[in-house]
Formats: sequence, C-alpha cells, structure tokens
Amino acid sequence: MPEFAHLTFDAWPVLTALVFFPLAACLAVPLAGSDESARRWTLFASLVEVLLALPLFHFRLGYGGYQFVELVPWVPEWNLHYAMGVDGISLLLVLLTVLLLPLCVLCSWSYIRERVKEFHVCLLLMTSACLGVFVSLDIVLFYVFWEAMLVPMYLLIAVWGGPDKKYASIKFFLYTLAGSTLLLVAIVAMYLKAGTFFIPHLSEAGFPSGFQHWVFLCMAFAFAIKVPMFPFHTWLPAAHVEAPTAGSVLLASILLKMGTYGFLRFCLPMTPEGSLYFAPLMIGLSIASILYGGFIALGQSDMKKLIAYSSVAHMGFVTLGIFIFNLRGFEGAMMQMVNHGITTGALFMLVGCIYERSHSRQIVDNVGLGKYLPAYVFFFGLFSLSSLAYPGTNSFVGELLVLIGAFEHKVLYGFLAVPGALLAAAYMLRLLQKIVWGEPSKGKAWKDLNLREWVYFSPLAVLVIYIGLAPGLALRSMDPTLEQVLAAFKAKAGPRVEVVEVPGVPKEPITEEIPLVNETMGETP
Amino acid sequence: MSASAALFVPELALLGVAGALFLQSVAAPERAAARVAWVPAAGLACVLVSLACVGKSGTLFWGSYQVDPLSQYFKAAVALGFAIATLNARIQPTLDSRRVSDYFLLLALCCFGLMVLSSAVELVTVYLALEISSYPLYAVIPLRGQDRQAAEAGIKYILFGAAATAVSLFGLSLIIAGHNTTYLQELAGRPWSFAEAPLGVVGLAMFLAGFLYKLALFPFHFWCPDLYEGASNETAAFAATLPKLGAVVALVRLASLLKPGLEITTLLALLAAASMLYGNLAGLVQKDVKRLLGYSSVSHAGYVILGFVSGTPQGLAAAAFYSLVYVLMNLTAFWVVSSVSVDGRNVALEDLRGLHKRSPALAFTLAVAAFSLVGLPPTAGFIGKLFLLTSAWGHGYNWLVVWGCVNTAIAIFYYLNLVRYAYTSDAAPADLPELPAAFRPRSLAWAGVLSATILLLGIYPNPIFQWTLVAGTRLLQ
Repeated sequence: MPEFAHLTFDAWPVLTALVFFPLAACLAVPLAGSDESARRWTLFASLVEVLLALPLFHFRLGYGGYQFVELVPWVPEWNLHYAMGVDGISLLLVLLTVLLLPLCVLCSWSYIRERVKEFHVCLLLMTSACLGVFVSLDIVLFYVFWEAMLVPMYLLIAVWGGPDKKYASIKFFLYTLAGSTLLLVAIVAMYLKAGTFFIPHLSEAGFPSGFQHWVFLCMAFAFAIKVPMFPFHTWLPAAHVEAPTAGSVLLASILLKMGTYGFLRFCLPMTPEGSLYFAPLMIGLSIASILYGGFIALGQSDMKKLIAYSSVAHMGFVTLGIFIFNLRGFEGAMMQMVNHGITTGALFMLVGCIYERSHSRQIVDNVGLGKYLPAYVFFFGLFSLSSLAYPGTNSFVGELLVLIGAFEHKVLYGFLAVPGALLAAAYMLRLLQKIVWGEPSKGKAWKDLNLREWVYFSPLAVLVIYIGLAPGLALRSMDPTLEQVLAAFKAKAGPRVEVVEVPGVPKEPITEEIPLVNETMGETP
Repeated sequence: MSASAALFVPELALLGVAGALFLQSVAAPERAAARVAWVPAAGLACVLVSLACVGKSGTLFWGSYQVDPLSQYFKAAVALGFAIATLNARIQPTLDSRRVSDYFLLLALCCFGLMVLSSAVELVTVYLALEISSYPLYAVIPLRGQDRQAAEAGIKYILFGAAATAVSLFGLSLIIAGHNTTYLQELAGRPWSFAEAPLGVVGLAMFLAGFLYKLALFPFHFWCPDLYEGASNETAAFAATLPKLGAVVALVRLASLLKPGLEITTLLALLAAASMLYGNLAGLVQKDVKRLLGYSSVSHAGYVILGFVSGTPQGLAAAAFYSLVYVLMNLTAFWVVSSVSVDGRNVALEDLRGLHKRSPALAFTLAVAAFSLVGLPPTAGFIGKLFLLTSAWGHGYNWLVVWGCVNTAIAIFYYLNLVRYAYTSDAAPADLPELPAAFRPRSLAWAGVLSATILLLGIYPNPIFQWTLVAGTRLLQ
C-alpha cells in the first residue's frame, strides 16, 4: 500500500461516482422505448452527472497535492491499485468533460437520426473513459481508460461519420494505438525500475539519466500523437471532418487535452532530465505546429477542416507553454487547454448547427448569414474572437501567458510564436467575414437558433467571457500544483536548467512572481 | 492406492465422459444426435471436479506424474475449454448426425491427453501424453461432410504433425544420450548451455519442436491457417484453443531448463519475434475470418513465449494466465463465427456486414473478443499481455518486449476490421442465411456469458493470477 500522507480523503467517493455513473447510465439506454426517450434519459443522466460533479467545488484552493483521493488494492502481486484523485492539473479538465456531456447530447438532438440509442451509449462511455483518464492515479488504470476511450470514439466516427468515415476512423484508431503501445513499454519499464505503478510515487522516483531519455521518447510519442503535434497531426483533420458534431466536440475539447495532460502529468515529473534534454525538439515541433496549423487553416474551404487545423495551432501553444519550464508557461498551457476546449467545442457545435440547415460544411454554402440569423452570428462572432485570442475573451489569457513565458525563456521562441497569433486572426476573421457578410446570402430561408441551440451555446459563451475577464479563480486552482510540478522539476532536472536559460533574463525566484499574476489578472475584471 | 486414485479424479471424470460416449456411439449410432446434449453439462461437471481437486498434490507412477497447483490449474482450464467447445459444437450443420457421438468421443479423448500432459514430469510421459492428445485431433479435422478442403486440412495436419513428433522423438533420444535421464527434476540440475552439453541442447531444441508445432509458432505454423479454414467452424474452435493449452503447460514444465541467456532461450525468443511479425503481417491481408484467427494465433504463440524467456515465476504465471485468456477469447470469437454461419460454411469478413443489426449481442461479443485479442483494456487480453510484458522486462529480452508492443500496433488493423465490418456497414450480404430465431436466445446468452467473463477477468484478474503465481513459484523452487 503506498503511503499517502500528502493526500486528502473524502468520505463520499466523488470520483468513482463521476467515472462510473455514465457507465451505469449507458446500460439503461438500450431499454429505452423510443429514440426520443433514449435522448431524454441520456440528457437526464448527463445532468445528474453534472450534479455529481458539484462536490468537486470543495476543492481546496491553496493545496497542490491530490484531493478526493480513493485508494484500493487491485492486483496486489503487481502492486496495482485502484487509485483516483484530482489536483490543479486535472480539476478543470474534469469539470470541462462533465460540462460538455449534456451539451453534446443537446447538439446531437436533431443531428443524429440513425441508431440513436447506440450513439448515446457511446457518448456516455466516452465520458466515463475520459474522466477516468484525468482522475487515475495509477498509471495502469490510466492506461486502461486511455485505451478504453478509443473504442467509443472510433465508433462515433465510423458509424455516425461523414462519407469518408471508414478511412478517417481507421486512421484515428491506428495512429493513437500505435502511439500508446510504446507508452505501455514505458509504463512497464518504469514499473520494473521503481516497483510501483502509483503515479505520485513514480513522479518521485528519480530514474537514471539515460533511462529517462528513452522513456521520455516513448511517452512523448504517444502524447504527441494525441495532441497532435506537427508531424503526427494528419489523423486530426480527417477525423474531425468526418466525425459527427458531438464526436468533433469531444475530440477537440477533451481527447486532445489528454496528450498535453500526459506531458504535464507524466513526462515532466517522471522523466525531468529527458524532458529537459528533448525540450528544444519539443519546442521546435510546437512552433512548427503553431505556424503550420495556422498557414494550412488559412487555405481551407471546409469550415470543419479550418477549425481542425486551427486546433493544431492552438495545441502548439499548449506544448510550447509546457516545454519552456516556467510558471507562466505552465499556467498558459493549462488555461489554453481549458479555453481551447470551450472555444473549439463551441465552434464545432456552430458548424454542426449550420450544417443541419445547409447540409454542407463548405464556407461558400454558408455565407451571408448576418442579416438573417443574428443570434447564430452573435455566437459565431463571439467564439471566433475567442479563437483568435481577442483580449477580453478566454483564449487571450492562455495565449498571453504562454507568450510571456516564451519570451521569458528565450526571446527567439517568443518571436517565432507571435506570428501564430497573427495567423489565427487572419484565418478566423476571414471565415467570420464570409459567414456574416458574404454575398450572395444563402440563409434567407433558414431559421435562427431555436431554444435548444440557445441552451447549449449559452454556458460556453458565459465561460468565454467569464474566464476572459476574471481568470483568477481558474489560475488559483491550478497554481499550487503547477508550482509543485515546477519546483520538483527544477530540483530533479538539476543545474542544467540554468544553462538553458538566457543569461540576459534576471533570475528571480519564480515563486515571488505568482501573487503578482493573481492580483493583476484575477481580481480586476 | 485410494489416495493416489484421488489425485487422478479429473482425468477419471473426463475418461468417464469418453467411456459413456463410446458406449453411446456403439450402442445406438443413429439416435446419437439427439443424445449429446448432456456432454457440455458433463464438461461443466468436469470443471467442477477439477476445481474441487485444486488443493491436491503428490506424485504418481514412479515419479513420472505430478499433481501440483500447475497441473490442477491446467486441468481446470482444459475442462473449461472442453465444456465451452462442446457447447459450441452441439449444433453442427456439417457433421453427419451418425458421427456425433464419435466426434464428441474424440474431443473428450484429446482433452484427456491434455490433462495427462499437464501432470507429466518425465519426458517419455510428456511425449506419450502429447500423442494421446494429438491422435483424436487427426481424426476430427476431416469430419466436415464431404468437404475436400477439410480432408486436405486433415492430411496437412497429420503429415506436419507426424514430422514434428518424429523430430521431437529424435530430440528425446539425444537428451537421453546426453544426460542419461528423462526426469525433468533431474534434468533441471544439468547444464543446458551449448558449451557444456551440446548433445542435450540440440536434443532439447528438437524435442521442443513437437510443442512449438502444437503452439503454431513460426516456423511450425504452416498447418494453422489451412486447418482453421478447412475444418468446420466448431472443430477449428477446438483445434485452435485446447491443444495450445497443452503446449503451454509442457513449455512451463520445461521452463526450469530454459534459463535466460542460454542459446536455447535466445532461440525461442527469436522464434517468438518472427512469429509475432509473420502472424500479424499475414493477418493483415486475410479475407476469411477463420484464416485471420489462424494467423492471429501464430502471433499469439509469439506473445506467450514472452513468459518463458524470463525464467521467473511471474513469467510462468503470466504465460499460464495468458493461455487461459487466449483460450477464452478465441473460443468466444469462434462462437460468433459458428453462430453467424448457420449452414456451416466459412465466414468471410464480408459476411459480418451489418451484424450489429442482425444480432447486436453477437456483434458485441465479437467486438469484445477482437479487442481482447488486440490487448485493449479493460479486457482480459490487455491484462494478460501486461503481465507478460512486465515479466519479460529486465531479463535480457527487453528488445522482445518492445517488439511485442510494436507488433500489437500492427495487429490492430485486422482485429479492428472484424469490428468495423460488424458495426459500420449496414447491408447484410444477400446470400447469407438469416440466423434462425430458435437458435438465438440460448446461444446469445452463452455468448454474453463468455464476453462477460473476458471483461471480468480483465477487471479483476487477481484470483486466477494468484493461482498461477503459486503454481509458477512452486515449479521453480
């Protein structure tokens, strides 16, 4: 039994309930009498799931360790545990996942017409597996959820997808599974060195340097495919374009985050020296993702493809933030993960919404809606601005922090990343302009948003503005954990950290800067 | 004597089933068809008997026959496999109804041989047990109506099998010449490096051929896809699973000779690597589901070897555990094949189209089996593979572990293909007969039980694994 002096317990198994309630709920879906009742039941279950997440608001803000921990032996011979917990890195991702479930049900309400029950089973399974990924504290348990999520996602694309769904779904599956097989090797290797699968223990293990290098590569390969980083990104546009709306939303908002979550949770704490050694490579790939994604997005005529490539660029900011190893970068990366989940999820919902009217995802078929669908255009404008990190929206916070961190780390990286922000403005404004004012207008006979659509856009819109204006609470929830990760990283990666830093930058102790960030960004809306 | 008979109870139970079947087939061959429904139940009774005898240990027949946790584990596994395989074979469209009793008799005898094999600790006994389990199979394979392919498969199996056992026997003679004993316990104390005992090493390598043939390890695999394709679905289900258990148990027994770093162990590791790659690459292009499963078992033979190269109790336990999982998931996959093919023909991937509509339960079962064969969590296939990989790491065969993982990545495609055809295409092939309504409920219920077992073993492997670990530890003491 691992020691858990630094963990906190709660009487009610919040996380187990969260992870397994959707699983239990999906068993009842096939019993539903009609498609309509299956939808209603899933919506109800997803709202219950949101209620089940409420205890998470007891999260202690000033505490960096794991909270709501559950720990039971699973296979004692192999030191396997059923261990769950959340900390500042996973909390917001868990909340985002829970929030998205009802929205996904709502946005599929009229979009999915075939095999409705199976669809909702897949949605619920996805949610279970995704939550499991974020809350697992045992690396094998993590791996179980990590792989388990592939199957429902594969089915979401392969069954309810567009015309090219077979190609896209197989590609998605092969890419991600190919990556994760090496992750399994890394897990086994670390277990045999450290004798444990328990994540907090592995994080403290301190592996030999050479070992760290290749374990890092094994893990980074899996995560880089999931993110996806530049040379491994080709599955993403295919999967996004073919997936149904809810599938795209889950893919963009949650699945991609697992890759960056993996970097933060596994690569940095467990293989700090490896991370440091390969950081130039990772930063290079991140910048390549930012620029490449932006340029390709600029040339798209399919709305979904455009947003998919913009995801590649946005996730590039996240990995950049992680591998510059300073607090600003980490904060920015975390914020960007959450924000990208909100904004890009909403954008995919918007595309799905207009697809139901025009039956086309081509930009030219959906132009000139400003006059006829004002509510739709309002949301479209809001989320587009958020996507290009317009000040006052949520993405601005994340991108700004990453850029500050990048400049702090090395001025060159900052300069290389800035054009990414410009590109984002270019491709999003181009899209927005055509959608709102394009001629000739296609939307004369279309209805504006109905109540259901209002309901699923509104929470995300509120979050865009709330986080944009008052990111303090979010930052406070993650800061203690990020500080811990950073401090442990600096301690373990050793004095070589100093070598990487540019001599010109004053080496102030990082901890002193944190309250500053909180005060300036958090408390003044 | 009564004490020693008690050690022998599972074998006697199975022999009893075989005897009853023999009487039945001699007494009333015409009416036999209606009367074999009791066999699966008897198989299940054998499982219970084996489980009741778990705690027994001792030796019989002048030390050549050992009853220990390992043998009891494999006896229970064989009995379980027998029960499931006979349950699957109850309704067999391509089998002449007059031969049904004989058919089950042969299956029971083969399982008896396997049970003997799991207790044999003396090389001649091992060899005899292997032969007892092989002969019935040679006779069973061609029993598929007047099918020429089945006859071809039978011939192939017997010719290759005869050659392999001849090599095996020759190897046995070399071992005797080199070490002057056939008892495993004494052999374990002898040197097994080529420098010290060249004759023994060559002999052991040749002796292993017989088992690697059963296991369908590259390059002894040629019979495997052809046999699966040629034999009837139900026979293939049996031949694909249970003999592998026998091969694994024999290898586990011999494992005390296979220390890591020895030439022979490295040779096994190389064969395992080749087997994984060859099986998976060949699997990619298959159109026939049974052929696909055949190549899949070639690659799985490679995975099982992972457990032997480390020479640790954990490794043996992992191999024993994985062999049970392997039997379960293959029987499950074949269960779906047998159910889909109502008239007993071979099932092509195309025939799985729209299975989710025709029978959601079968489609789900197929998905569970396929994902377990890939090694995806939360199925038993994953946890078994994890145990194997973990056990092999750090004993000089790390490359094989990485190789195994890379191969898993290759293998996904064809397993996923099974699921893809079953779930993503709606149109059922026009010429495939509908599943008859009467056949459904029972067969589907059993399919559900099988897939639930695979999931359960994946989520809670502990009790079974503990058992295999005790067996492995006892063996290497």
